[in-house]
Amino acid sequence: MTMKTILATSVASFCVAGAALAEPQAEVLHWWTSGGEARAVAVLQEEFASRGGEWTDMPVAGGGGDAAMTALRARVLSGNAPTAVQLKGPAIQEWYEEGVLADISAVAEAENWAEILPASIAGHMQCEGTWCAAPVNVHRVDWVWANKAILDEHGIEMPGNWDEFNAAADKLQAAGVTPLAHGGQAWQDATVFETVVLGLGGPEFFRSALIDLDMDALTSDTMKAAFDQMRTMRGYVDDNFSGRDWNLATAMVMNGEAAFQIMGDWAKGEFLAAGQVPGEDFLCASTPGDGYLYNVDSFAMFEVEGEDAQDGQALLAELIVGENFQKVFNLNKGSIPVRSDVALDEFDSCAVTSANDMAATSEAGSLLPSYAHGMALRGAQAGAITDVVTAHFNSDMSSDDAVQMLADAVANSM
Amino acid sequence: MQWLERHVPKLVLAPSFIAALLFVYGFIGWTAWVSLTRSRLLPNYDLVGPIQYERLFASPRWEVALNNLFVFGVLFIGIAMLLGLLLAIFLDQKIRTEGVLRTVYLYPMALSLIVTGTAWKWMLNPGLGLESMVRGWGFDNFTFDWITDPDMAIYTVVIAGVWQASGFVMALFLAGLRSVDGEIIKAAQVDGIPTHRIYTAIIIPSMAPIFLSAFIVLSHLAIKSFDLVIALTGGGPGYATDLPATYMYAMAFSRGDIGQAASSAMVMMMIVFAIVVPYLYSELRAKHD
Repeated sequence: MTMKTILATSVASFCVAGAALAEPQAEVLHWWTSGGEARAVAVLQEEFASRGGEWTDMPVAGGGGDAAMTALRARVLSGNAPTAVQLKGPAIQEWYEEGVLADISAVAEAENWAEILPASIAGHMQCEGTWCAAPVNVHRVDWVWANKAILDEHGIEMPGNWDEFNAAADKLQAAGVTPLAHGGQAWQDATVFETVVLGLGGPEFFRSALIDLDMDALTSDTMKAAFDQMRTMRGYVDDNFSGRDWNLATAMVMNGEAAFQIMGDWAKGEFLAAGQVPGEDFLCASTPGDGYLYNVDSFAMFEVEGEDAQDGQALLAELIVGENFQKVFNLNKGSIPVRSDVALDEFDSCAVTSANDMAATSEAGSLLPSYAHGMALRGAQAGAITDVVTAHFNSDMSSDDAVQMLADAVANSM
Repeated sequence: MQWLERHVPKLVLAPSFIAALLFVYGFIGWTAWVSLTRSRLLPNYDLVGPIQYERLFASPRWEVALNNLFVFGVLFIGIAMLLGLLLAIFLDQKIRTEGVLRTVYLYPMALSLIVTGTAWKWMLNPGLGLESMVRGWGFDNFTFDWITDPDMAIYTVVIAGVWQASGFVMALFLAGLRSVDGEIIKAAQVDGIPTHRIYTAIIIPSMAPIFLSAFIVLSHLAIKSFDLVIALTGGGPGYATDLPATYMYAMAFSRGDIGQAASSAMVMMMIVFAIVVPYLYSELRAKHD
C-alpha cells in the first residue's frame, strides 16, 4: 500500500516536473538555405527561442522545394508530420484535403488576422473556414526592372503599356542593345506570360483564364494576342538565353548588357546586393497594365501530437504574422510585409510602391495570385499551362495552335 | 544433418530473395496499382481504370519525351557502338602507347553524368563555347546553336552521351577482340586474307555476345537517362529534350501528380521489358541447346 502511494506520488511529481519543463516545440521544414533567406529564417528562430521555445530546424534544400516536398510526403505517410512546413497557394488546400493540417483559428482570431491581412491573401491561409497557415511575406511578380543609364541614353521612359514596351525594345534593338534579359527556363517563360496576360487582358480576364480556367477565356482572341506578344518578345532576347538562371539575367541588366527584365521582386535583392540604388542605377515599375500579382510564402501548420508541440505551433503562428518578424524578415528577403500596418520607413522605394499598390489593388479587387509561382492553380494544372507557354515561346508555334493546345492541356490535366 | 546440407543454400539465399521480391516486384506491383488510381499529392488506392494512361497518351509533352527516347536511344546506342568498335580495332593494332590511350578513352566513364552535362552545356553554349571560339578565329558566319534550337537540342544530348559512353564500349570490344583465338587469325593471315576481311568475316562475327552485352548496357543507360538531360539542357528549350525519366520526375516531384508519374513509370518499364525479354529468351534458349 505504502509502496503504491510512494510510486503514485513520485509518478505524479514527475508529471508535474514534466509539465513545468515542457516548452513550446516546433519542427520547421523549409528550403530557405541561401544567404539572405537563411538570415531571414534565423530571425524567426531567435525570436522563437527568446519566447522560451525549442526550435528544430529541418532545412531541405534543392529543386526549388521539390526535395522538401518529397521529405514532407515521407514524413506525413509515416504519421510524423513536422509542426510547420513552408507551403504556399493551393498546395495548402491540397494537403488539407489529405486531412493532415491543424486548425490555428484560435491564434488567428486572437491576433485579428482577418483585419490586418488583405482579403485575397487571407483566403489562401484558410481551409474551409478555419485558419491553417500563416503568411510570411508578399513578393510581387509583375515587375519590370530596367537599367537607368541605358534608358536615359536612348531617351526611353518606363513603358506604360505593351505597345510602348515593344516600341522601346525595337528602338533599343536597332541601337544594338539586347532589350530583354531573360532566362529560358519554363518558370521564367511562365512569369513573363502571366504579366502579359494581365497587361493585355486586365484583371478580370486574368481571373477567368488563369484562375478559373474558363475555356472560352483560354481560347479567346485576347489569349491569342497574349501569345502574339510572347512571340514578339522572343525576338527581344539574346541568343544565349536557353537555360540561363534568373539571377544571371538580372546581372545582364545590372551590367548594361540588357535594358529590361521581367521578374518578381527577388530580382531587387540582386541589385541591392551589388550596391545599386533604386531610382539611380536601376528602375522598378509594375509591368504594363493594371493589377498586382502576388507570390506569398507561408507556413502551413500540420496536425501534431502533444501539448508542447501544439503550443509551439501556436507561438510560431503568432510570431510569423507578428509585426517585428514581418519587418525584419522582409527587409532581409526583399519582399514586403503581408500585414498592412507595418511602418515602411526602412524599406526601399520599390518596396513602398509595392505596398501601396497592394493596398490599392486589394481595394479594387485586382490583387491576384500568380499562376507561374504556384499561387493560383494546383500543380498539375499550372504545369500543363506552363508546358504550352514554354513550348510556344521556344518554337515557331502559331498563336492559334497555342490556344488550342492550351485548352487541350488544361482539360487533360483535370 | 542431411536436411541442413540440402537446405543451407536455400536458407542463405532466402533473405536476398525475399528482399528482391518485396523491393523490386512488390513495388512494381504497387506502382502498377497506383497508376490505375487518381492519386495526386499522396497515393490513394481507389481503382478507377486506365484514366492515367489515357491522360498520358493525350499529353503532347509525353509524346515529345517518347520521340526523344527513340531518337536518343537509336543514335546513342548506334554511334557509341560504332565509335567504340572503331577505337577498339585501332587500339588493337599492337601500338606502343596503348595503355595511355586506353585510359584516355576510358576516362569519361569515370565522370559523373552531371559533370559531363555541365561541361558540355558550356561548350555548346553559343555565347561561351564552340561557336564563339570559332567566330573568334574569324569565321563570322559559323553557327552551332543546337542547344538553343528545340528541333536540334536532343542531338546535343546524344553528343554528350556518346562522348561519355564510347570509351566504355571500346573497353568491352577490346576485351572481346583479345579473346578471339589467335590461331584462327594467324591461319587467315597465312592464307593471305586482307586485314579488313579478317575483321569483318572472322573477328567481329565471333564477338556477337559482346555486341549483345554492349547493346543491353547502352540501352538501359539510354532508357534511364536522367541526370545528363537535367545537367545539359534541363529538359529545355521548353520541354524539347524531355525524356520519359524526366517526365516522370516532373510529375511525381514537382507537380504532385503521382498517378501520371506511376503510369509513365509503367510505360518505361514495359519498354525495358520489350528489350530485355527477347535477350533473356535467347540466352536461356542457348543454354538449353
